[in-house]
Amino acid sequence: MKINMPRWFYQLASPKWSYDFMGILLPWFATAALLLLGVGFVWGLVFAPPDYQQGNSYRIIFIHVPSAILAQSCFMLMAVASGIGLVWKMKVAHIVAKSAAPIGASMTIIALATGAIWGKPTWGAWWVWDARLTSMLILLFLYVGIIALYSAFSNKSSGEQAAAILTLVGLVNIPIIKYSVEWWNTLHQPATFTLTKKPAMPPEMWLPLLVMVLGYYCFFAFLLMARTRLELLERENKSSWVIALINEKI
Amino acid sequence: MGYFNSFSDFLDMGGHALYVWLSYAITLLIFIANILSLWLKKRAFFNLAKRHAKREQRNS
Repeated sequence: MKINMPRWFYQLASPKWSYDFMGILLPWFATAALLLLGVGFVWGLVFAPPDYQQGNSYRIIFIHVPSAILAQSCFMLMAVASGIGLVWKMKVAHIVAKSAAPIGASMTIIALATGAIWGKPTWGAWWVWDARLTSMLILLFLYVGIIALYSAFSNKSSGEQAAAILTLVGLVNIPIIKYSVEWWNTLHQPATFTLTKKPAMPPEMWLPLLVMVLGYYCFFAFLLMARTRLELLERENKSSWVIALINEKI
Repeated sequence: MGYFNSFSDFLDMGGHALYVWLSYAITLLIFIANILSLWLKKRAFFNLAKRHAKREQRNS
């Protein structure tokens, strides 16, 4: 049986087409990230009102929540890319997944570090073995494992396949992170943003947070595309379009 | 300035200065490290490519 995918799907499979396409998108995402993060940082640190219980320490929320969201979104994106890479043997998809891994690991480290720092004045402890915190730590280990697998094989495509399988297996951790605050009694507070309910915070607090989340997404998209393009150049360095591109630069 | 009475008030963060500024510093540091590593990798790639191209010119 042959499934016909739309045309853009096959265009994405072409390294040169993907390289050029991401080159067009890249400056837009970079600009949006710079603007949104700039506005979000100032808004969150200076213009958002202090919390009536936590005072000013809650301002950590503006960097903590977006990084935790991105850490999980990034993993889901990697799972989709890895799945496409495995099913259609698409090299570009594996390269996207590989390029996303270090960014996702960075986001997880930010979420864990800022969470620990926020926990100290709020809960009185840097770390508790709570379901949310533990499942986020497992996410970090998954990222580290996936990054290690990519370079553990002398044959690049074996490494990609192994990492893709670990990514798909590790996907079970994502719902565990999401529902950890509901399934278990945890210290961690429930989700800040949900699709069905209004946020428990006033708009003066959740608006800057929303700006930061969007800024993080744009920054992530920028980093991912830039990393993917570089990885494409490295992998395709024998092909005529990369040689032409290098000759242009000299 | 915003919800703070003065700049020193802002720096103090209601007594939570250490926690707030440490969190923001770590985040910024990781952001910058991501951009820097990308830039260094890119430079290394093109430097290597240039050397290869020059060697091939000499050989031909």
